[in-house]
Amino acid sequence: MMSSEAARFDAVVIGGGHNGLACAASLGRTGRKVLVLEAAHALGGAVGTHEFVPGFHVSSLAHILNRLHPEMVAGLELKRHGLTLAPGPMPSVALSAAGEPLVLDGAYGERLDGAVDAADRAGWSQLRSLLFRQAGILKPFLSRRPPDLGTMSLAQATTLGSAALSLRRLGKEDMREFLRMVLMNVADVLDEHVADDRLKGLLAFDATLGAHLGPRSPTSLLGLYYRLAGEIDGVAGGQLLPIGGMGTVMAALARAAEAAGCTLRTGAVVRRILVENWRACCVVLDDGTEIRARAIVSAINPVTTFLDLVGARHVDTGFVRRLGNIRMKGDAAKLHLALDAPPRFAGLSETAHRGRLVIAPSVDHVENAFNPAKYGEFSPEPVMEITLPSLSDPSLAPAGACVLSAVVQYAPYALKQGWETGKPKFLAAIMAVLERHAPGIGGSVRHAELLTPADIEARFRMPGGHWHHGELQVDQMLMNRPVHGADGYDTPVDGLFLAGAGSHPGGGVSGAPGWNAAKRVVETRG
Amino acid sequence: MSVTPQQSPRLAQQDHWRAMRRETPFHPRLSALDFRHDWYVWAGCKAPLSLWDEELEYFAIRSQAGLFDISPMIKYRIEGPDAEACCERVFVRNVARLRPGRVHYTAWCDDEGHVLDDGTLFRLAETRFRLCCQERHLPWLLDSAIGFDVTVVDETEAVAGLALQGPTACAILKDAGFAGIERLKPFDLAEFPHEGGAVTVSRTGFTGDLGYELFVEAADALSLWDRLWEAGARRGIRAIGYTALNRARIEAGFIVANADFIAAEHAIRADRVRMPDEIGLGWLVDEAKPHFNGRRAILDARRRGTLKHILVGLEIEGNVPAEHALVYHARKTEVGLVSAAIWSPMAKRNIAIATLSRPYGDTRNDDLWVEIYAMREGQYMKLMKRATVVPRPFVKLDRRTATPPADC
Repeated sequence: MMSSEAARFDAVVIGGGHNGLACAASLGRTGRKVLVLEAAHALGGAVGTHEFVPGFHVSSLAHILNRLHPEMVAGLELKRHGLTLAPGPMPSVALSAAGEPLVLDGAYGERLDGAVDAADRAGWSQLRSLLFRQAGILKPFLSRRPPDLGTMSLAQATTLGSAALSLRRLGKEDMREFLRMVLMNVADVLDEHVADDRLKGLLAFDATLGAHLGPRSPTSLLGLYYRLAGEIDGVAGGQLLPIGGMGTVMAALARAAEAAGCTLRTGAVVRRILVENWRACCVVLDDGTEIRARAIVSAINPVTTFLDLVGARHVDTGFVRRLGNIRMKGDAAKLHLALDAPPRFAGLSETAHRGRLVIAPSVDHVENAFNPAKYGEFSPEPVMEITLPSLSDPSLAPAGACVLSAVVQYAPYALKQGWETGKPKFLAAIMAVLERHAPGIGGSVRHAELLTPADIEARFRMPGGHWHHGELQVDQMLMNRPVHGADGYDTPVDGLFLAGAGSHPGGGVSGAPGWNAAKRVVETRG
Repeated sequence: MSVTPQQSPRLAQQDHWRAMRRETPFHPRLSALDFRHDWYVWAGCKAPLSLWDEELEYFAIRSQAGLFDISPMIKYRIEGPDAEACCERVFVRNVARLRPGRVHYTAWCDDEGHVLDDGTLFRLAETRFRLCCQERHLPWLLDSAIGFDVTVVDETEAVAGLALQGPTACAILKDAGFAGIERLKPFDLAEFPHEGGAVTVSRTGFTGDLGYELFVEAADALSLWDRLWEAGARRGIRAIGYTALNRARIEAGFIVANADFIAAEHAIRADRVRMPDEIGLGWLVDEAKPHFNGRRAILDARRRGTLKHILVGLEIEGNVPAEHALVYHARKTEVGLVSAAIWSPMAKRNIAIATLSRPYGDTRNDDLWVEIYAMREGQYMKLMKRATVVPRPFVKLDRRTATPPADC
């Protein structure tokens, strides 16, 4: 406690990722004096763009936009603040090493391009509209604050009521079907509707991306609902590459926050949150600086927030138990390749290379990739989602060269052999898969950066290297996210709020947790 | 299926369940004095309800000295630089005010403010505590130690305990060579030499009488018993069982977990859990001390007035004990239940401990009745008796607090 900040803030936001910035900007717009503290030397957290080798820029972790919270985009006027989205939606491509790839065009496969059985076309069209209808039911729950089971306010009851109404409007058949399907595994649902392995593989991949689940794990369908409940630029199920990489989203949020009068500070590591008279009163930085605020908003990991910054002694034992039980061990790795030239994926048109390329040839393939992860081993045949962002945005790579960005599964955080020895082996496994789909790619690699969950943990301060700060599975959603007692953004410690992906509705580049948290701060006059 | 300690280190720290009906370190002495074969199971141990005559055992407490084996009581050692802070977070009562060498009665709650148990906390040293209680709580205490530099060890079996209660208790200890014992004030504790080791003696008990509790390594248990027994021979020392102790504790107005209230972790039915204010322990709760488990919930309940129950002492007309009798208002509205009741030989009153639904027992104490079903030769006599809310303890003895005690 060397010095004390002269200026007193209404709110201090810990963590300058997209949720922290969204929360800060929103609070700033109410006239509050807001300070954002980011530990790293740049804002953005996992939502940034970085130069991984001179001349090559890539989205640091998340690389596709598919669920930016529309209320937030409008409320913070992000477009006025420089958010530029490529015209979309961008297609998804189910790559196939053996045959022709399948392209899902429009918003999540409005059209299927490629040789597909007529029955599968019809089956997909039916399944797609069914999934969108059902995701629509979940949408209100996945955007607003979760309901308080104990003491429900009128407004909350109204929201729940309207969700119930939309369920009624579905009709008996649809409602029964929704209740039957909601906790099913994605593989069984796919089997009921389509036969095409490429299509099923892609959907199985999407349902389990970012989760410690295989397509045949119970409840794996929820991951797909979660994806389809998102929208971008008004298009449900749409996906886009941000021009300039994820950093542009962060930059727009930062500008919105600054325009709202927020002070943004980087390189500011928060060491503690002090509690005085049972209320969070100030944060203490690494250098001893103490900063007081009426509200302290933590947009970082919830477990870190309570156990490291606040301290177990200020919360109840049962609450600490629940925190300890949050499952947050990541399974996703991120691969960045600096390539001499754009790769050529077999059988893929020029334009299709600008899509989201998925290597997940079948449900079995995804399931087999998941199996070793259960026992602390990485997938020898990993599944992945690839983008080549420099094709749409040449500023990201030197002329003629190309950037490849891929999210790769399964790479369990607690790798038995340890990531020190496992990482080169996993990279070799990934490259072998890539080589099969894009022959010659290995020879054009100028530089490779692989971020394992262990790297992600260290670089982005995400415990367990988990992108969502906690598994997005049914037992860790809604009023159980991150845990009961801190599920509504306010917490057992007065004056302390949560605003990160660890809170409802969860991860992905949405900004919804931060946006909702700001509303809660205002609601509780924090 | 067997669970090996390797599979669960936490289980290994609490493997009392491997032995069924353990005999306490004092068992050789108890069984030698036993004429009744009236044993029950107390926390997994074989313990006497009565050894020779429960009436006379009770009167030994009140007019001589009763020697009661409290070894089955669950005992935890909480030790380390953060021991005080950790205890402060667990217990509702202010631990910072408990000085080394002192004991206090306390309670602890879960996150919802529901009482997990009550017990006595001994501050053996600045950074060392002993918790004595009715139920087992190691998992809860270990989880409560997360974030504190402290160790929690179950010492239930390692430490043997005796309660020596009654008007001649101090004199017996003095005769047995516990020099300076008469200087202990109520809730003081001190160590005395014994067999090359030490015995911890506190002026505490569960009888409302003059009395002491002695804790010793299990290996020294029998020699401690013999030391007291020998010194007590001329001062009426008697070994007693739980039935006698239970009468004394009711007179003293003390409550027992899972008898007068249901401990939160034992309650199966959602409405059986109780906040401190609902079992007469509101006075323990220190709102002004640092955060403790359940604080938020307790303060909320107080502020919102959502406390549903209250525990009271009742005096009932007549002389038929009202055990487990229903309590009525105006002879017709059911408002509560008696959890413990006796005819008090000391108070010469028919007394009871009961839980009532507020406002009865709180702001509406008029016109209360209990319905006693007395079994008389194959038939219930139904008695509707007037009950009055009275303060606890029902029996208050000056000798409990007099320092030095008489004859010392």
